[in-house]
Amino acid sequence: MPQPRLMQGNEACVEAALDAGLRFYAGYPITPSTEIAEMLAERLPRAGGVFIQMEDEIASMAAVIGASLAGMRAMTATSGPGFSLKQENIGYAAITEVPCVVVNVQRVGPSTGLPTSPAQGDVMQARWGTHGDHPIVALSPSSVLETYVLTMKAFSISDALRIPVILLTDEVTGHMRERVVLPDPAILPRAERPVEGSAPGDVPPMHHFGEGRRMFVTGLYHDETGFWTESSAAADRMIRRLVAKVERRRNELTMVDRWYLDDARVAVVAYGCVARSALRAVRLARARGHRVGMLRLSCLWPFPDHEIDAIAGTVDALVVPEMNLGQIAGEVERAAAGRCRVVRYNRVDSELIRPEELLPVLEDA
Amino acid sequence: MQATEWLRADHLPHIWCTGCGHGTVLGAVVRAMEKAGIDRDRTVVVSGIGCSSRAVGYLDMDTLHTTHGRALAFATGIKLARPDLKVIVLAGDGDLAAIGGNHLIHAARRNLGITTICFNNGIYGMTSGQLSPLTPGGYRTTTSPHGHLERDFDLCKLVQAAGATYVARSTAYHVQQTILLIARALAHDGFSFIEVFSQCPTYFGRRNQMADPVAMLEWLRDSTVPSGQAARMTPEELRGRWIIGELYHAKDVPEYTRAYRGLVERLTRAEDDQLAAAEAARAD
Repeated sequence: MPQPRLMQGNEACVEAALDAGLRFYAGYPITPSTEIAEMLAERLPRAGGVFIQMEDEIASMAAVIGASLAGMRAMTATSGPGFSLKQENIGYAAITEVPCVVVNVQRVGPSTGLPTSPAQGDVMQARWGTHGDHPIVALSPSSVLETYVLTMKAFSISDALRIPVILLTDEVTGHMRERVVLPDPAILPRAERPVEGSAPGDVPPMHHFGEGRRMFVTGLYHDETGFWTESSAAADRMIRRLVAKVERRRNELTMVDRWYLDDARVAVVAYGCVARSALRAVRLARARGHRVGMLRLSCLWPFPDHEIDAIAGTVDALVVPEMNLGQIAGEVERAAAGRCRVVRYNRVDSELIRPEELLPVLEDA
Repeated sequence: MQATEWLRADHLPHIWCTGCGHGTVLGAVVRAMEKAGIDRDRTVVVSGIGCSSRAVGYLDMDTLHTTHGRALAFATGIKLARPDLKVIVLAGDGDLAAIGGNHLIHAARRNLGITTICFNNGIYGMTSGQLSPLTPGGYRTTTSPHGHLERDFDLCKLVQAAGATYVARSTAYHVQQTILLIARALAHDGFSFIEVFSQCPTYFGRRNQMADPVAMLEWLRDSTVPSGQAARMTPEELRGRWIIGELYHAKDVPEYTRAYRGLVERLTRAEDDQLAAAEAARAD
């Protein structure tokens, strides 16, 4: 029987990464993600894997992509300022279709901001941080256990679709300690990198350096041979296929939890650490007789338009509490398309949103 | 040998301008690979962004064309993941000495087993002729139209000070020497670095009264001194001239991936010993 353990989110991320077959980690120290690097520095060499502290955030992202191209499952972890620095190479991984996982334990920004305090300010950066249209998946856990599960999923999605996947956690989820019983990793679905013969039509088989294929990999727009091209038709074909890899799988990538939505007149849409206090507020409101429900998002990108679409016509209002100034609320408004009110509740002062402050918002919505 | 045996003939002709030195340097690179007995199917060549970085498109082996300045950081990941592969970085002076300077000194410091070849034409050619950290003082570029006030790096001294264990310099004029030095660098177990001066008549030469590629090659010849000859010259005689040849070679510094492998073996052996001790204790 697996024993319950007391562990923090960053630790659960490490356990999941190792269970997912992580072989390479390159990183740079930054609060509040540093524990991930420290634990992997201790454990990866013992498991025959590679840990390296690079000279900067940019180099960490580059080394991760290089190792992945050489056949290792690879990951890096960072926070806001480092996430900004990694963006160019995240775009490189997207256009060259190199699987990799980037953990961003969010803190208050912009700039150095409030380095030891939680925020959800990097939601849009996770989607659009690198230049140009590109595919991306971003997952956001609310608990230590979910950090484990979503880290495993991040590797799985990244390998299957050959894309960078962002694990968008936050200072609270990363540092909070909870009692958890980790699932048996063998029962969690795990995808491999596509190979010749079994690759889906829109995800090419993955080859690695050293196989004698003499392959060429470039961040330039390229044709199906991988060689740079200035053909506008080939360029159009390439970028539309890359973006469609994620877009056409929006339904299967969607991960939500629903509470009390059947009779709800008001529904909360929340994610990450905020979803914890939001659920408490929803239960307090229901105890007072209010018909309030909740939709929790675990996958932020691609945004689950269809889930919002399904409830926008049945509720009077959607309440979107966030520790930013409304980065997901805008998506909710777009998907709700005027069929219900969308009420924003935002904090950017480094303080958690508490259930008691959300309760009157739900009652008045 | 025919250099074209090492090239992706279907992607030629290359993009470089008439009179550019990069083709000469690339030719020296593949001849050095042949000379050093490189197994091209166990070799990865990595580059960044710029004129010289396009070379990887023409090399018929595993090649990676990365982001500006970051070739060595990508190469670090490859070498750590596959220490058994030969990893070579081709990069321009802007790529290595400006935007990628941090990666250069740290790869050298770690003594990672990567051979780095700098195609130094002293100019940003791909963006049509701006100042680089290796543009010699006083010369004109589109961003130093009145003459360059900054001092340039001595890149070989920089990487040697940072920890590189093989350092050499040559030019596109001294082709045979370039082949020899690159071959030696490829045989070296540790971070090896060769700076090769290359000519850019189009963007450097035209602004500095050397529009003729031959004039530029003569300038490379006349502004360099072989290391043996330099040893007999006074500092006054050497002023304004670059020393070419093998500049530094240390043989007793552990290569990084070898040292890392040692760590892994030590840790796994310690764990095996612990397990064996626990087994023995149970048996008692």
